[in-house]
Parts: sequence; structure tokens; C-alpha cells
Amino acid sequence: MPDATGLELIAQDLRGAHGDDAVVGTLFFRGKAAVDIAPARVNEVLAFLRERGFGFLASVHGLDYYPTEPRLGVQYELLDMTAVDRITVRLRVPTDAPHVPSVTPDWPTADHQEREVFDMFGVIFDGHPNLRRILMPEDYEGHPQRRDFPIGGEPVLFTHNEPRMPRYTQ
Amino acid sequence: MSDLTYREIEASHDIAHIEHEGEQELLTLNLGPHHPATHGVLRLLTTLEGEVVRDIVPMIGYVHTGIEKTAEDKAYWKAIPVVERMDYLAYFFNAMAFCGAVETILELEVPPRGQWLRVLHMELNRIMSHLVWLGTSALDLGAISMFWYCFRDRETILDLFEMSTGQRMHTRYIQVGGVIEDIPPGFETKVREFCADMPDRVDQFMALLAKNEIVLHRLRDVAAVDEETLLGLGVTGPLLRASGNSWDLRKADPYSGYENFDFKIPVGTSGDNWDRFAVRTLEIKESVKIILQALDGLPEGPYITENRKYALPPRHELATSMEALIHHFKLVTEGFRVPPGEAYYPIESPRGEMGCFVRSDGSSKPARVHMRDPSFVNLQATKPMVQDLYIADLIATLAMLDPILGGIDR
Repeated sequence: MPDATGLELIAQDLRGAHGDDAVVGTLFFRGKAAVDIAPARVNEVLAFLRERGFGFLASVHGLDYYPTEPRLGVQYELLDMTAVDRITVRLRVPTDAPHVPSVTPDWPTADHQEREVFDMFGVIFDGHPNLRRILMPEDYEGHPQRRDFPIGGEPVLFTHNEPRMPRYTQ
Repeated sequence: MSDLTYREIEASHDIAHIEHEGEQELLTLNLGPHHPATHGVLRLLTTLEGEVVRDIVPMIGYVHTGIEKTAEDKAYWKAIPVVERMDYLAYFFNAMAFCGAVETILELEVPPRGQWLRVLHMELNRIMSHLVWLGTSALDLGAISMFWYCFRDRETILDLFEMSTGQRMHTRYIQVGGVIEDIPPGFETKVREFCADMPDRVDQFMALLAKNEIVLHRLRDVAAVDEETLLGLGVTGPLLRASGNSWDLRKADPYSGYENFDFKIPVGTSGDNWDRFAVRTLEIKESVKIILQALDGLPEGPYITENRKYALPPRHELATSMEALIHHFKLVTEGFRVPPGEAYYPIESPRGEMGCFVRSDGSSKPARVHMRDPSFVNLQATKPMVQDLYIADLIATLAMLDPILGGIDR
């Protein structure tokens, strides 16, 4: 893992290469480095870190920081397989304009994972080749992993109540 | 018909350019979601030209049960049983990834005996998962007796789980801070009996399959994908190791005391179906070695953390200690609180990097639980694997991919 100093050095280099506004902040928590970035710069930052050896995108998570603003978060877990090193790239977007540039063209593994974040949180990945729901039905309304989406209370679709389900047969 | 043999006729076709008129039309075929050869509720939308797969789109979500959402409504220790049900063949691994992430935020040390017992059960689980894979994959290739042989040995492992944890599947054995119970008397003997048998069984499986002409024809040089493509697609685990990359988190970034064990990582060369088959089968033997070492070197001491804020007090203390009673009451009603923070804890599951991301907001329930399930990511490799292959090879490749739909859909 890059230690706290190593993280600051990476952040400094990022600011030098892509301007001061690319990096919003850094966090070193429980031995794990994370760099907070401006959503629009995600492709440049990931390309920069790829040059630094972080060539494997292990995971993309979506988060909802409700009630703090901006609410939605996307995190990219990068892995350096040679130095066995991990770094998290984090960004936040508001719910009324949840736009993040897609990293799928450069990182094919992000395809399904970005679709999952879109499905569950409603983050729109601009430039994704096929941004459709992946786990929920295509005609589903709402984004179930958001913190203000109620748990339970949703009628289960069976054969006997199928005609009575709202909007199902339309 | 000519005098050519079937294999010669087959080899004479150039499947990149089919010129036979009747086969030029593209056919869209929906495979699944309830097809027995899709290893779960997986739907594959295939575009066929004759018998050749030109395009394939995996469609998932048919067993999406909202486990990540459910876990947000449970106290940390009550979320373990739901998280375990994601990848239903790797329940110890699900629990380990989740508990590891929570322990990271809590900065909680797991006593050595707890770590060793976790390793012991995870490796038994790995063998069990690989046996189910081997049995069902052989079934897909037409070898029905392999299925019974594999399930016979899987049954032995499930009996062992029942003995040590009380459950055959979804055991809730791994807890935050350690494991729920010590192993019972007699368990060690039974595990040793199993470990004495298992390597011979693997040799028998290999004797049945490895020189079988049908198996060789179906697997060798089929669906090879190079390492670069796999890494770009995020593929990990046996699929990546079959292509020659020896990445294994147990060796590369040891957790839960794996650095104390002596084992090898089977690695393939060409990344075809045969290598995927061989890597997994040989992993069973390596897991047996780890289990024996875990039994030999099982440290003395507590099996769960003695920090009463996070682990239930032993039963006998409840009768005499007021403090224990209060801790017990707090734990089973509200659960323990976790300081605000985020952690990602990756482990090596039977299918690759299984990482659990947990975000805590300071309350006794997780604010976000996300499982980076290896099957979900690995499934993206179906298209580069099977494009321009015969549809029969698609079935064999899917078997060697080993997707678990419970983990994919969560």
C-alpha cells in the first residue's frame, strides 16, 4: 500500500499533471490510501495511475452518502499486481446531475460494474456503450440501493396477482 | 458422403467464413434462464450462424434478491447470514470477506487459533466448491458417473461442516473477531481421514478424465484467451491462472495467516479449457496440504477475540458475571457499533478475487455492503472466449468458467 506520504506524493503529481482542481482531497484510513477527485477527471486520473503501475481495475462500487451532499459516490479500486499495492479513487456527484464519464472504453472490466452502479444508484456514466439496467428488470422504476429507497414493502410478483400489479401488464 | 472422418470434415470447415448457403442466415437463440447447462439462472442471448456462435450477451438478474440492501437493515453480526447466501458454494469466503472488512474498520485482531480455523474451513470449502464444479462440468460433457463420484466426496465435506458448525451450508461459522465455536472432539480425526483419501480421489478423477478422448477433444485448445485480455476484463482466480499468470491473493497478499502455510499455485500455459480444468483439479490437492498443515499447527488459545464489546461472552459467564450479561444484552439487541469509515477487503475465493466493501456511518448497521463477486466480473469474459466457436464448445466453456449465479446477482 502507498503509505500516507506516498499518497500525498501521488496526489501532488496528479495536481501537477492535471491541474489543482483534479484532486479534491486525500484520505489515509486503516492503512489504505484513497484519493478524492473531480468527477469529470476520472479518465485522466485512472490513466495517470495506470502509468504508475496500477494496471488492474479490481472493482467499482457505488455508494449513497445520504443525507450529506453531494449524495452519490463512485469508487474505483485499483490494484498494482507487481508491487501488490492498492489505491482507491473516489468521487462524488449530486443526485440532480449524476454524470460521471465512463471508464469502460479504457477498462473493459468496468462494463458490468458501471451498469450495476447505474441500476442501483442512478449514476449516469456518459460514454458507456450499453448503459442499461443489469440486475433489476428493464421497466423498473427507481434505484433500489439509494438510502431513501424503502426496504421491503414491494409486492412480489406471482401468477395469481400478476394482473393486479400496477403497470405490469401495460 | 465422402470418405473423410467426422473430425476431418469438421477441420475442413473454416468457421470464420461459412459459405454454405443454408447456414448464412443468423439465428438468435435464447439459452436459459432455466437451461440445465447454464449452471444456474443464467440467460445467454446467442446469435448463431449455423452452429457457430457469432455474438453472445449474458443476461443476469434472475436471482437478484437484494442481499446488499437487506444487509443495510441488519446489525453487523446479523448481516453475516445474508451475506453468506450470495455465492452459495463459497459461504465461508463470503463471511470471511465481510468480517474481514468489518474487522479492518474496527482494527480488531483475530487470535491465531481463530485464523487457523478460518483457513481450515475455507480450504475445505474450496475443495467442496471445486468438487461441485468438477461434477457438474463433467455432466455437461456427458460423463454422468463423475457427478456421483464428486458429490460423494462433497457429501463427506458437508458432514464435516455439520460436525464443526452445526450446518451443512450457510454455516454462520465465521464471526467478527474469530469463529463462533471451537472444533469438536473427533473432528480432527475425521478431517485427517478425509485428507488421506482426497489426493487419491483426485488421481482417480484424473485417470477417468485426463486421458478420455472425448474430454480431450472438448477441452484442449478450445476457448483459449490470452492473459492481457483477461486482465483487461478483470478476470481473476483459476481462469487467470490457467493463462499463465500466477496471481493468487493467498500468496501475493496473504490474509488470515496464509503466509504461514506451504502450498503451491497451479498455473496453466495456454489458457484454454483444458488448463482451466487442470488448474482447478490440482488446486484440490494443494488445499488438502493446507488443511493438514492447519491441523498440525493449530495454535492453542482463544478462537474468537476476547474483546467483549464485539464477541459474545461464553455461556457460563452469564450465570456469574453482571458485566457479561450486559455485554450479551447489548450485543444481541443493538449489536456493536462500528466507527465511521470505509474498507475493502479482498480474499481469494474458489473463483477469484472476492472483495467486500463495507461503509460504516458509526451506527450498528452497515451503511453499504458491496461484494465484488468474482463470478460477476468473470462472466464478462464469455464473449471473447466463445466467439466464433461451435455452440457445443460454448457449453463446455461455460462449465469451465464456473459461474455461480447466486454470487452474480446477489
